[in-house]
Amino acid sequence: MDGGTSFVTRRVVLGAAQTVAVVLLVFVLTEALPGDAAVALAGDQPDPARVAAIREAMDLDRPAYERLTDWATGLLHGDFGTSLTSGRPVTRYIADGFGPTLTLAALTLALLVPLGFGLGVLAARHEGGLVDRLVSSVTLAVYAVPEFALGVLLVTVLALKLAWLPPTAVGHGTDLLAHPAVLVLPVLVLLSRPVCSLSRLVRAGMVDALASPYVAHARRCGVPGARVRYAHALPNALAPAVQQLARTVDWLLCGVIVVEALFVIPGLGTVLLNAVAERDVPVVQGLAVVFGVLTVLLNLGADLVAHRLTPRAGVAA
Amino acid sequence: MNDERFPGLRRRGFLAATTGAATALALTGCGGSGETATSDGAPRRGGRLRAAFAGGGASETLDPHLASLFADAARAKALFDKLADYGADLSARPRLAERWESNKTLDRWQVTLRKAAFHDEKPVTAEDVLYSYRRIADPKQAFRAKASLEPIDLDASRATGERTIEFVLKRPTAEFPNVLAAFGAYVVPENATEFDDRPIGSGPFRFVSFAPGRSAVFRRFDDHWDGAPLLDEIEFVVANEESARVSALLGGQVEYAHELNPTTARAHEGGGQIEIVRLRNSAMQAFCMKTDRAPFDDKRVREAFFLIADRQELVDGALSGAGEVGNDLFGKGYEYYAADLPQRTQDLDRARALLKQAGAENLKVTLDTSAVAAGFTEAAGIFRDQAAKAGVTIDVRMGSKDSYWSDILDGGTLCCYRSGAMPVEAHISQRLLTDSTTNATKWRHKDFDALYQQAQSTRDRTERAAVYGRMQRRLYTEGGFLVWGFADWIIGTSRTVRGVERKAPANTLDWARFDRVWLA
Repeated sequence: MDGGTSFVTRRVVLGAAQTVAVVLLVFVLTEALPGDAAVALAGDQPDPARVAAIREAMDLDRPAYERLTDWATGLLHGDFGTSLTSGRPVTRYIADGFGPTLTLAALTLALLVPLGFGLGVLAARHEGGLVDRLVSSVTLAVYAVPEFALGVLLVTVLALKLAWLPPTAVGHGTDLLAHPAVLVLPVLVLLSRPVCSLSRLVRAGMVDALASPYVAHARRCGVPGARVRYAHALPNALAPAVQQLARTVDWLLCGVIVVEALFVIPGLGTVLLNAVAERDVPVVQGLAVVFGVLTVLLNLGADLVAHRLTPRAGVAA
Repeated sequence: MNDERFPGLRRRGFLAATTGAATALALTGCGGSGETATSDGAPRRGGRLRAAFAGGGASETLDPHLASLFADAARAKALFDKLADYGADLSARPRLAERWESNKTLDRWQVTLRKAAFHDEKPVTAEDVLYSYRRIADPKQAFRAKASLEPIDLDASRATGERTIEFVLKRPTAEFPNVLAAFGAYVVPENATEFDDRPIGSGPFRFVSFAPGRSAVFRRFDDHWDGAPLLDEIEFVVANEESARVSALLGGQVEYAHELNPTTARAHEGGGQIEIVRLRNSAMQAFCMKTDRAPFDDKRVREAFFLIADRQELVDGALSGAGEVGNDLFGKGYEYYAADLPQRTQDLDRARALLKQAGAENLKVTLDTSAVAAGFTEAAGIFRDQAAKAGVTIDVRMGSKDSYWSDILDGGTLCCYRSGAMPVEAHISQRLLTDSTTNATKWRHKDFDALYQQAQSTRDRTERAAVYGRMQRRLYTEGGFLVWGFADWIIGTSRTVRGVERKAPANTLDWARFDRVWLA
């Protein structure tokens, strides 16, 4: 138990340090980008006087460390600061964008787990057989298609040619659950690649486990096949899969950027993209904190689960 | 990130510095019915039109003085009015201003407002106009139209009556109506400061709802001075990705999609599914040579570069054919454009001879480009190959698209350039005078400045046109802009949409003008 607690503490401290590092890195990198918010906003009218005025209005003429300190101090009070371009609070950006992204990620995950594990187990059961080869080749093929291309393809065929589904979520704003049809294509695109990687991982783990001496022993003892597969073999395939799943969730938050652009879903990805283009540093920083904390929490959770499943293996994060 | 997925077109890039406006009823009337209505021609009332634009995401605002994107301009135009706006030839047409007249010396202008009301039924007064202009000109702010309003001495200008204003100018300005039509010079009610929550304007539509980066819904304003719109409602939705706008249009989720690619247009033109509208002469495409530094400080080198360009090849390659060739002058088809000058064509022998005379054989030049605007990188590649045939080595250098315009203003020697629609006079005053704030060609000539002042002090239009003609001849022979083309601005509409003006360059009054559009 002691080992478990100190493991958790270590992971939490590490996670907090990682979040701070991410935020600092984001700040430094955003500062290092050519041009600042004033230049980006001035666009094709880079009248030097106007740029200077914008810079002053945004407080960009103050040194970087001062802005960082102010922002970090605010953060400790739960204040994410205000957007440079609109003056609206960053928390509102995050709150507004969070809903759609969370909806997409949650739906994808809800479908991903049964699908990924199901396909993996299915393929492992028929190792080397037709089903295995079919599942393997299809997952490999789908995995090779970038989301953007897949999205365009699905829109063209399913939405525009067959007219089964709406091509985008334009005009529905954040109220996506009220129009479930608009979610089908985005979730399909988001699902496509993680399902492939997850099912292949589960398959590999299962194949290994099924070939292991303890499974052979369980079989010799007359344990029924299904029990061997799900109670004895699957947990061993689970640990790497859970960690993969955690990484998939990070990835979902990024993959979502492409999907949001393609299907016009105003989530965090869209907010981030615009904020970077506008050099809207407080918004980028706020999102970095959110993404950082999420990633740390998810990986922490995954490590804890993996830690439980394979206590002896130790956990390399 | 994702440069290839988000071509520069969508961002702040284009926003022509001045916008404009306005052809009044007459033009729209004939354009609308004659050109676009294919079947049932009679305008019909009712319905909601959904229009998809590339937008600014969660930072968008309805403050009309902050407008900088096309989406901002289209929304501002629906909610607010300007005193004047630009016609298809970029000449100023009266809008809220019923008429204007100047004194003999062109430095005092009397503007009379028409009878118009804001959405809260208060009349539009001279004080509202002065408040709006003073807000834009506030030295502590950086509103886009500030530079355009610079000729006005706002401290000396005053309301002479409920609906009359005397504008006192810092110097004679014959083209003062252009100032009234400037991009972003909207009239808001006196003391208005907050625009995202129930903004009040005098435009053809009134506010219903707004979610930044997502959707803005406006309803018909029945008491608009120019007649109520035909549509019940207009909804602006934001879709930054071109493929998303096209999908939404094809899938019936929107009826109007702004800013389509030439390839999309070709794929659907005449296909019967959607209508493609090409707004000609919307965007000048050029290479910009810095005339104050080697090698372009020698006018023979500049002329050689004019002669190197195969303009048709550039239009075909970089604009996918969606445009017309240019003649090294801004403003094709606009008022005062020097259309009488012969079309320049490629002449490599003469170019080589000029380079030799200038002692610039085996010239090496760096051409700055960036993914900031559609066709920029393609144009750079094509021009590099054309220059190689004249013995000039061009090294193409890719720059950041977010800081491109500011990088090329003073840096480099040769770069890709483009500009949205604005009057020829505004192009000159903003880019070609010694004290112009965005003088990317570093064109600084006292005699040229003097000609501009002369034009601004000339009351007679024909005489003024002659002065502009002289200035443009000079630019044509030895200027710094190698204007190789004018790109179409492409809009897609569903088959039911009628009354979309086809002759209005982007940023003029009839562009994105939804009070004259109807659903059949």
